[in-house]
Amino acid sequence: MDRNQAMALYRQMLLIRRFEERCAQLYVEGKIGGFLHLYIGQEAVGVGAISQMRPDDYLIAYYRDHGYALARGADPRLLLAELCGKSTGISRGKGGSMHFYDVPAGNFGGDGIVGGHLPLAAGMGYGIRLRGTDQVCLCFFGDGAVNEGAFHEALNVSALWDLPVVYIIENNRYGMGTSIDRASSVKDLYTRASAYGVPRRDVNGMDILAVRSALGEAIERARKEKRPTLIEAETYRYRGHSMSDPGKYRTKEEVESMMKSDPILLFGRRLMEQERFTQADLDAIDKDVMAQMEDAVTFTEQSPDPTPESLYEDVYVRSPYIHLKTAEKDPAWRAAIREDRVPTQLPPWKPVTPASPGPAPAAQPAEAAASAGKVK
Amino acid sequence: MALLTMREALNAALKEEMTRDPNVFILGEEVGAYQGAYKVTQGLLAQFGEWRVRDTPIAEEAIAGVAVGAAFIGLRPIAEMMTFNFSLLALDMIVNHAAKYRYMSGGQIRCPMVMRGPSGAATQVAAQHSQGFESWYAHIPGLVVVMPSTPKDAKGLLKSAIRDDNPVIFMENEILYNLKGEVPEEEFHIPLGLGDIKREGKDITIVAWSRSVITSLAAAKTLAEQGVEAEVVDPRTLRPLDEDIIFDSVRKTGRCVVVEEGWRYAGFGGEIADRVQRECFDSLDAPVIRVTAADVPMPYAKILEKAYLPQPERVVEAAHQVLYR
Repeated sequence: MDRNQAMALYRQMLLIRRFEERCAQLYVEGKIGGFLHLYIGQEAVGVGAISQMRPDDYLIAYYRDHGYALARGADPRLLLAELCGKSTGISRGKGGSMHFYDVPAGNFGGDGIVGGHLPLAAGMGYGIRLRGTDQVCLCFFGDGAVNEGAFHEALNVSALWDLPVVYIIENNRYGMGTSIDRASSVKDLYTRASAYGVPRRDVNGMDILAVRSALGEAIERARKEKRPTLIEAETYRYRGHSMSDPGKYRTKEEVESMMKSDPILLFGRRLMEQERFTQADLDAIDKDVMAQMEDAVTFTEQSPDPTPESLYEDVYVRSPYIHLKTAEKDPAWRAAIREDRVPTQLPPWKPVTPASPGPAPAAQPAEAAASAGKVK
Repeated sequence: MALLTMREALNAALKEEMTRDPNVFILGEEVGAYQGAYKVTQGLLAQFGEWRVRDTPIAEEAIAGVAVGAAFIGLRPIAEMMTFNFSLLALDMIVNHAAKYRYMSGGQIRCPMVMRGPSGAATQVAAQHSQGFESWYAHIPGLVVVMPSTPKDAKGLLKSAIRDDNPVIFMENEILYNLKGEVPEEEFHIPLGLGDIKREGKDITIVAWSRSVITSLAAAKTLAEQGVEAEVVDPRTLRPLDEDIIFDSVRKTGRCVVVEEGWRYAGFGGEIADRVQRECFDSLDAPVIRVTAADVPMPYAKILEKAYLPQPERVVEAAHQVLYR
């Protein structure tokens, strides 16, 4: 991995962390509503996995979905605007936290039904096979999803028909408040792949390089051999299941001990040990990320609310096969008759303080990285 | 015109659309090697190969989910449910996914798929295999719901359903698969959301869809012998609903009976009765009467089955009621 790529990965993880911290604040301030599931602690899984995707590959994920959109390059301004229910939001204020979609980036986002998107991932794999391309589909879900019937149906057909799908369990040990011990008869979730003859692997989900290595292998298998893989990434969420969850089902000691292997802290330390980055470099990245978040907050504050007319938009696709007179009498169809709208286009973020370009002198204690791992 | 059964008409629509567009594929239980549980997909496997005519395990959630996922990336899947009774196992894929991703994504995603198969009562197969779910699907914004009653409608509407970019629930009827009718030999399609007058009349409007159209036409024949000319209106599509064709008829006749094979309680006929009383209040000479299935699970015994379903005699009786005869 070259220096720029390493820096980009570090920056993406930190951007997700800062994004989520800012979301928590905005939620407390009442600017974000509904359910808010934070990705803090799990950043290495999404960033590591998505870094191995090709631009034309697909991904589909569950409702703890902020990290995937950011890692796949979505603009945090559009995501924050979505969370605050603005018309400039990536889903035009129709989806919220659980429904970040970015179709131009191949991101079919945020599914709110546990396990509900796994058969869809198989369908995307089927479509790829039918078209005869060498794309792959990545499918992210939590440990809770493996107990749903949809998981088993999806794995079976993926193996049966040789579908290029990589299924990634983000095992953060709790399906809402129920620990794996109380939910799964088998504790090593990846072994469930054996039932369907699906290649399997477990990986330390706190180590971005380990995640990258596992995904590199699985994606290669999908692309070349058209075979699915089940990966279990062992990770941890620092916050509750959602903002309303105080997390009383686990001890403070457990959370604190897991935070010692924080993915951002670990990766930052590794970058410095390899003498490619200084503390100042990491600080500069953090400063830039914080500036980008503030910019996103400003953009969101200045964004308009959705118009009342938009209530009926986006239900149906305009169609020459619908009887026009009937369509005109139905508000949702009437809205569909109008032209498709152009999504909000924004200029890309320009870093305020670029990190130093060359190899750096000896490492300093990883304080900036350590603070990055801290839960506020 | 060619005289085709409903089964042949559906098969022809599938063949033509699969030939026309390589993105169209069909998947479901026994659709390939077995030639279809009801032989609607006969001959397709040999013509189009296994990737476009996919036999699946008995896994309805996977069948529907694979269709939804493939549709998201631009294919045009047709998911066959052996019967709609089993579609309840796939309901989450349709209600929470196919119908909602476009809205939740602010218009980024489209789901051009069809879920089709027989719905409604069959013959002596009891409660789990003999029920109509059109009211359930028609309740969901984001879906199109189609229920043809003739071979011509079946072919023309299925072709539109396959070409349309929205998720379409296409409900056939097991009893009607052998029904014969004239079907144009030239290329044609019937727009979704366009109703049809199946019999013209001036005295009373009978609204019915799918097999209930056949029941209603039989009733209309009896009524004609009694000097009553019934107009039988078939909306053909329940969502979106061609209400104009219903209102125009009711404004002419002043009397309306709605016939459906589904249950009365929260059934789709209630939606029609609601719209008619609101929009045609000044034209109505009697309350709208509904003829429905009995509000019980479908029984097995033949005599009970007959009592459960709307029969022509019950439609005639309802007509007498609104005519105050």
